[in-house]
Amino acid sequence: MIEKTVAELSASLSRGDISSVELTQAYLDRINQYNSTLNAFVTVCEESALTQAAHADAARADGLTSPLLGIPLAHKDIFCTSGIKTSCGSKMLNNFIAPYDATVVSRFNDAGAVMLGKTNMDEFAMGSSNETSYFGPVKNPWDTDRVPGGSSGGSAAAIAADLCAMATGTDTGGSIRQPAAFCGITGLKPSYGRISRWGMIAFASSLDQAGPICKSAEDAALMLNAMAGLDTKDSTCADVPVEDYMADLNNSLQGLRIGIPRQHFAEGLSPEVEQAVREALGVYEKLGARLIDIDLPNNHLSVSAYYVVAPAEASANLSRFDGVRYGYRCANPVDLEDMYKRSRSEGFGDEVKRRIIVGTYALSAGFYDAYYRKAQKIRRLIKQDFNAAFQQVDIIIGPTSPHTAFMLGAKTDPVAMYLEDIYTIAVNLAGLPGMSVPAGLANGLPVGMHLVASDFAESRLLNVAHQFQLNTDWHRLRATAFEEGH
Amino acid sequence: MEWEAVIGLEVHVSLSTNTKLFSGTASIFGAEPNTEANIFDLAMPGTLPVLNKEALRMAVKFGLAIDAEIGKRSVFDRKNYFYPDLPKGYQVTQLDFPTVGKGSLTITLEDGSERQIGVTRAHIEENAGKSLHEDFHGMSGIDLNRSGEPLLEIVSEPEIRNAKEAVAYLKKLHVIVRYLDISDAIMAQGSMRCDVNVSIRPKGSTELGTRTELKNINSFRFVEKAINSEIQRQQYVLEDGGTVIQETRRYDAERDTSSPMRSKEFANDYRYFPEPDLLPVEIDDTYIEAIRATLPELPDAKSARFVSEYGLSDYDAGVLTATREMAEYFETVARSSGDAKMAANWVTGDLQAALNKNNWDLAESPIQAERLTRLIQRIKDDTISGKIGKTVFEAMLEDGSDVDQIIDSRGLKQVTDSGAIESLVDEVITNHPEQVQQFRDGKEAVLGFLVGQAMKLSQGKANPGQVNQLLREKMQ
Repeated sequence: MIEKTVAELSASLSRGDISSVELTQAYLDRINQYNSTLNAFVTVCEESALTQAAHADAARADGLTSPLLGIPLAHKDIFCTSGIKTSCGSKMLNNFIAPYDATVVSRFNDAGAVMLGKTNMDEFAMGSSNETSYFGPVKNPWDTDRVPGGSSGGSAAAIAADLCAMATGTDTGGSIRQPAAFCGITGLKPSYGRISRWGMIAFASSLDQAGPICKSAEDAALMLNAMAGLDTKDSTCADVPVEDYMADLNNSLQGLRIGIPRQHFAEGLSPEVEQAVREALGVYEKLGARLIDIDLPNNHLSVSAYYVVAPAEASANLSRFDGVRYGYRCANPVDLEDMYKRSRSEGFGDEVKRRIIVGTYALSAGFYDAYYRKAQKIRRLIKQDFNAAFQQVDIIIGPTSPHTAFMLGAKTDPVAMYLEDIYTIAVNLAGLPGMSVPAGLANGLPVGMHLVASDFAESRLLNVAHQFQLNTDWHRLRATAFEEGH
Repeated sequence: MEWEAVIGLEVHVSLSTNTKLFSGTASIFGAEPNTEANIFDLAMPGTLPVLNKEALRMAVKFGLAIDAEIGKRSVFDRKNYFYPDLPKGYQVTQLDFPTVGKGSLTITLEDGSERQIGVTRAHIEENAGKSLHEDFHGMSGIDLNRSGEPLLEIVSEPEIRNAKEAVAYLKKLHVIVRYLDISDAIMAQGSMRCDVNVSIRPKGSTELGTRTELKNINSFRFVEKAINSEIQRQQYVLEDGGTVIQETRRYDAERDTSSPMRSKEFANDYRYFPEPDLLPVEIDDTYIEAIRATLPELPDAKSARFVSEYGLSDYDAGVLTATREMAEYFETVARSSGDAKMAANWVTGDLQAALNKNNWDLAESPIQAERLTRLIQRIKDDTISGKIGKTVFEAMLEDGSDVDQIIDSRGLKQVTDSGAIESLVDEVITNHPEQVQQFRDGKEAVLGFLVGQAMKLSQGKANPGQVNQLLREKMQ
C-alpha cells in the first residue's frame, strides 16, 4: 500500500479499503524503521499526524471527498509550521518554532492532508547534495553511500523509500528536480509566482519556488491543484488563473514539438545518462512527438549568473538571523558586535557563510555593476533564449543532471558542487516551470529527465510527463532495499 | 573673507496611514512597546512585504502638490545594515526610481520676497524601530512598534542659503503635508524629522565646500540654531587654516553645539539592490489624475484667492492660510457673516490670541465658527458696539451659551433709545462746561473727549454715532 501513488491511495481511501489512520500508521512505521538509516526526516509528528488522520477519516465518513483528504505528506523543513519546529536545516533555527503556517502548509491542511513530519534539507536550501544540513546528510535509498541530491534531499529520499505518499520541496536552482532525479522520483518546480512563498524561509527571493515531490506526474498535478494560486500575502505571487492540472493529463502528444537543447547534450554529460534520456525521447517519438534540436546559447552563463544573484539576495535574506529576536544566540556576548559576529559565526554552517560572503561582496560599492547588474543582464538573455526556443517548440527536454547520484563526501570543491545544477539553474533564472521524471537507470542508479515548459504552462508539462509515465514504469521502480515488505 | 552657506535638507515625514508600509499592523503613536508589531514587523522567517497602497497614494499626492515628476514605475530597494531595531537587517526604501521625482516649492522670506527651492526627489521607505538604552541594566531594549511605519523622505536641492530660508522651507513642507492630510508632521513626536547638510564657501565661489550632515534636530527653532552654529563652526575651522571633514554630526540643542557621530571613513556600505520580494510599482495617468482630483486648494493658491476675493492684505491672507483648518474657519465666518474684513480681524486678532493663550487647537476652542459669525452679525446690526464685541468675545470664552443670550443676560445691548442718549449728553455738557466752551471756540478735538465721557457713563453701551451727533447739535 505505501508504495502507491496519491491518486491510487485516494481511491483506496474512498473505497474504504484502508483508513487514513491505518495508512498514516503504516508510514509512521516505515519512518521508524528506515529513518535512522536515511536521515530523511528531522521531525516526525506522530501524535498530531494520527489526530489529523482521524479527523480526515471522520470527515470522509461525513461525506467529504477531496483528493488529498487523509493522504500522509511530509514538508521540507523550510516551510513554517505553527507550533512545530522549523529549522531550515540550520543550527541557527534549531530552536525556532514558527507562530504561523506557511501558505503551502495551510493549503495542504485545508485539503485534509496529514502531515507526518518535516524533512531534512541542505542548510537554508544551499546545497546540491544535502550534505550541508546541520542535522547530517540524507542518504540516497538507492545506495546509502550516495547523496540524495539537494537541497530537498529529505523529501526526495522519503518519497523514494516510501516513507510518505507525497512531499513538498523548494527549488531555487534545481533543489526539487536534481534530488528527484537522483532518487528516481517525480519533482516539479512550477513557474515563479505560481505558488505563494509566504512562510517559506527565503534563500533567494527572486528564484525560490515551492513544488511537489512525489511518485508520478498525476500526483504532481493533484498536489499542484492544492498548492497553486494567488496569495495576497506574497506580492510576487502571480495573479494568473489556476487551471485544473488534472484536466490535460491525457491529451495526446501527437504533433508535440520537443526541443532538444544542444547545450544540454554536450561535454560533461555522462554517456549512460545521455543514453537513458535519448531512449526516453524515443518513447515520445513513438507517441507522435517530433524532436527538434534547439540552442540555448547563453546556458553556459547561467551558473555564474546564478551564483551572483542567489548569494546577493541570500546575503540580505539571512541578515535577520542576528540572534536578537529568535534563533541561535551565542553565549555571553560582551557587546552587540560580539553578539552579531559569534551568533552568526556559530549559527551558520560553512556553505551558508560562503554564500553570504560572496553575496555581500557582489553587492559592495564598486562591484555592483560588474556582478549584480551584469548577472541580471545575463538573466534577461537567458529568458530571451527560452522565449525564442518556445517560438519553435512546445516543450524542452534534456537530462536533469549530468550524471547519477554521487558518493557522499565526493565533492569537496564548492564550484564542482555548483556545476551540479548546470541544466536546471537557467529555468529558475527565467522563472519557467520545470520537472524531473525518472527516465531509466544508469549503473543501477536513477536517471532524471528534465522537462521545461513556457511560463505557466504547467498543464502542458504535466501532460507530457504523464504520457511518458503511462508508457513506462521507471517511476514505479524502487531500490531493492526499500521495496515494500523488505 | 566673506562666506556663504550651501544648505540642503532631508526631511522625513511619517505618512498617516492606518497601517504600516508593508504589514497590516496598525501604526499608532505611543502604544505599549512591541504591541503594534506582527510577525512581519518582527522579521519572522518566511514573512513577506505587501505594499500599503495608501502610502503610495499619499506620496503621489505630495508629488502633485509640489509639481513634481511622478515616477510611473517606482522600485523598492533594500538598504542593508545591521542594527537591533532594524529587524530584517535591511531597510526597504527607493534608491534609483523614487515615486516622486524633481519638483519645487516656493518659500516666503521675512521681507515678503519669494524664492523657489528645488526638491530633488521624495521616496517612500520604512521606519526602523527604537532602541532604548536606559533602564535595561547594561542591555538595550528594542521597541518595534515604529518599525515598518511609512515615511516619505523629501530631499531638497542644495539651494538653501541660510538658516532662515531652511526654516521657511521646512515650515512650507509642514503646511503642505498637513493641507494634504498625509502626515501630522509633529517634529516633537518625530513624525517630521530633519537632517541638514551644510557646507560653506567663499562668497561668489561656484565650487561646493565639504559638507557635514546634522542629525537629531527636533524643532524648527533648533534647525535655525543648529545651522547657524554649524556655519559658524565651519567658518572657524576654515579661517583657522583647517579643513572641514565630511561627517555626520549630532546636534545638542541644550549646549548649542554639535559633535561627530561617524565620519566617512567608517561609513556603511549599504549594498543597495532591488527588493526582490516586491514587484516594481507601476502607475498610470488615470491613477495619477484621480489623485490630482482629490488635491485640496494649497496654501499659496488659497492665500492669493483670499487677497483677490476678500480684499485681505497679503499678510493677513498668509496668516489665515497657515493651516488648512484656520483657512476653512476664516472662510466659513467670512461667508456667513458677509464681512470678510471683520472676520479676518477677529480671527487673526482676538481668536488667535485666545488660542495661543490657552494653548488650544482651533478644534478645541469654544469659539466655533458659527459663534464668531453671530458675534460679527450683532456688531454689524448695531446690537452691540465693536468695543462691547470684545467684552462679548471674552464672555464667550467662558460661557458656551448662545451669543444673543450672553448679550442679553449681561445687559450688553447697545443703547440706541434717543431719550436715554439725550440725558447722557445733557449730563456730560453740564459736568464739563470748560470743554464745551473750548469746542464752541472751535477746538474740534475736544469732541472726542466728550463722546468718551458719555460712553463711559453708559458703560460703553451707548451707540457712539448717536452720541456724537447729539453732542454736536446741543453744543452749537
